[in-house]
Amino acid sequence: MSRFDWFSEFLARLEDEHLLAHSGNARLLAPAHRLVLDAEDWGNAAKVAAGLGMRHAGVWADCGADCRPGGSDEDGQPVGRRHQSEPAGSRPPDSIAVYACLEKEGDYVVLEARVPLDRPKLPSQTPRFPGVDRLERHCHDLTGVVFTGHPDTRRWTRHQAWKADAFPLRADFPAAGHVTCQVPADADYPFTTIHGSGVYEIPVGPVHAGIIEPGHFRFHAMGEEVLRLEERLGYVHKGIEKIAVGRDPAGLARLAGRVSGDSTVAHAWAACQAMEHAAGCAVPPRALWLRAIMAERERIANHLGDLGAICNDVAFTFALIQCGRLRERWQRRSRELFGHRLMMDAVIPGGVAYDLAPAAPRTLGDDQAALRKAVLPLFDIIDDHPSLDDRLITTGRLSAADARSLGCTGYVGKASGLPFDVRRDCPYPPYDTLEVKPSAETDGDVAARVRVRMTEVLGSLDLLDLLLATLPEGAVTAPVPTAASGAVGLGLVDGWRGEILTFVRFGVDGRIARFFPRDPSWFTWPALERLIMGNIVPDFPVCNKSVNGSYSGQDL
Amino acid sequence: MIRILKQSLGIGVVTEAAPGIEDAELERIGVEVLRHVHARLGRSLSIRQVDAGSCNGCELEIHALSNPYYDLERFGLHFVASPRHADALLITGPVSRHMETALRRTWQATPVPKIIIAAGTCACDGGEFGVSYASCGAVENVIPVDVKIPGCPPAPLDLLRGLLAALAAPRK
Repeated sequence: MSRFDWFSEFLARLEDEHLLAHSGNARLLAPAHRLVLDAEDWGNAAKVAAGLGMRHAGVWADCGADCRPGGSDEDGQPVGRRHQSEPAGSRPPDSIAVYACLEKEGDYVVLEARVPLDRPKLPSQTPRFPGVDRLERHCHDLTGVVFTGHPDTRRWTRHQAWKADAFPLRADFPAAGHVTCQVPADADYPFTTIHGSGVYEIPVGPVHAGIIEPGHFRFHAMGEEVLRLEERLGYVHKGIEKIAVGRDPAGLARLAGRVSGDSTVAHAWAACQAMEHAAGCAVPPRALWLRAIMAERERIANHLGDLGAICNDVAFTFALIQCGRLRERWQRRSRELFGHRLMMDAVIPGGVAYDLAPAAPRTLGDDQAALRKAVLPLFDIIDDHPSLDDRLITTGRLSAADARSLGCTGYVGKASGLPFDVRRDCPYPPYDTLEVKPSAETDGDVAARVRVRMTEVLGSLDLLDLLLATLPEGAVTAPVPTAASGAVGLGLVDGWRGEILTFVRFGVDGRIARFFPRDPSWFTWPALERLIMGNIVPDFPVCNKSVNGSYSGQDL
Repeated sequence: MIRILKQSLGIGVVTEAAPGIEDAELERIGVEVLRHVHARLGRSLSIRQVDAGSCNGCELEIHALSNPYYDLERFGLHFVASPRHADALLITGPVSRHMETALRRTWQATPVPKIIIAAGTCACDGGEFGVSYASCGAVENVIPVDVKIPGCPPAPLDLLRGLLAALAAPRK
């Protein structure tokens, strides 16, 4: 199969719908193909994409992108043409660029449209792609872009910290905001309610009973059965997109490493990849290999932690203790060889912060062999134990249709029959030289998500062996050239939760002007609402843990 | 069952096995914490953890305190599900504006001695996130703090040390 072999059909179908799509500088957001549309065609483009069976990978807007990105654009759009003599930011931008990323068969298209700042409206894509519901609402809350025809006009990321007519990502909104007093609780959020005899509500959170991030869950239940779950997130919104503005590349990498602490390597890698694409930086092979080693270590550590926690949620503490033991040993080795137990700040623009000592690969190889030996009997028990089978099989089932319509990736998608993995389907180095085996699960229940995670641990161990065996010699960092003002880049990395997409635009002096990290949790949180339906309330913790969406990663 | 017994017996007790320097220190710190807990509270210390806006890195390390290497509960320290059951609040993250009121309410719900521990660099001084339209920054900008445990995130041993400091600190 050659790359982009569906693309001509996509263009033909757009043409059938009388949509004008300009490719412009099509490779600006490589590996994605960029297409510039008229804002009014935004909804129809989604219709065509949905008809082709594409997956929506996220939508975001850039309020400051007055200049044409890249500086070498030739798409002939009259709006906001670049003024070469004028640096970005020296005059207020008069338009907002809206982006949508779609994927099919491992190839990506980024749609781009401009809306005027004083009337920022374009059709919603949510009716065709329900997974972007909250991304569009997030985009509206932060930039003011109105998605007409959106089925849900309620606020999402905004609670009470700023007013409905203020938009934090606009240039005229100060990073410090206008807060003068304590921010009240968002008490009047209009939750959807279900009425009926015997129906009752259970509000949970934002402060939960366990050691877990804050969020609110509103259950409607009848007896034990969940009739509806509605999530209310945004509690850990920290203004990441706003405080990224003005950072240098190293500062952005540090911030990206804290979008979601459990995915620090993957998010930092995606951000660095985006910056490196934008700045034209060739990362040395050894650094890429080391990044992959860290990313696989991160995947293993998180899966071990979650496997134990999932089993613990159904009172099988044995697995929690055993997995916790293995995870702790793994983390201590990360501390010893990569400078940090979670490998935070180890991925830096242009490479990695730590090189392995000559003896380290041997230590790592021994560790990997020891872990494989330790997990095999453990996974054997987890995979086939009556008390676990009883609680996990058929529990929290996400249908393939739901997973596909929401755009789930990672173990949630894989367990429901969607084997997509960026490492295999759109491989970035060093994965272009490695074989990542596809997942074959289809059941979509908690047990399937457990099996996917166990398979991924073993798969990552295989990859680690290969990465160590082929680890190139040489430098671990390369200087990052100062990116031109307006330069944009896309990062696409498979984190342990699934596909991470990161968009970066540079402003003047090589400073960041726009940063948007899209965690896979944006699509798995809505999946949790669907898979819990018909299950009993006491099974919510295990269902939630099996999905384990990142609150911080989606609240931003 | 036989497989589980085989695994459990085969692994043995990792908590006490082959103590290295780090394990010796853990033992020392843990025992000291226990002494303070008994002196101050005459019982175990109940901790309510509150994530007020963290990136979840701190939560991972707090979870690690319960793994068999640290086995926090053997020192009389344990995590409880409600602030009303807690002697101490262990708070992570910069306090997001959206969590400000929830944190204040949790604090109000906590009975004396109400020891407030800010865990992690963000909770201590705002960290990477600082103060912004969305973040109040350090925990002490919202509620009074007794002890700070810096680190991004603090390693489990740092957390244990911090808990010791919390108990040793003179009460206001």
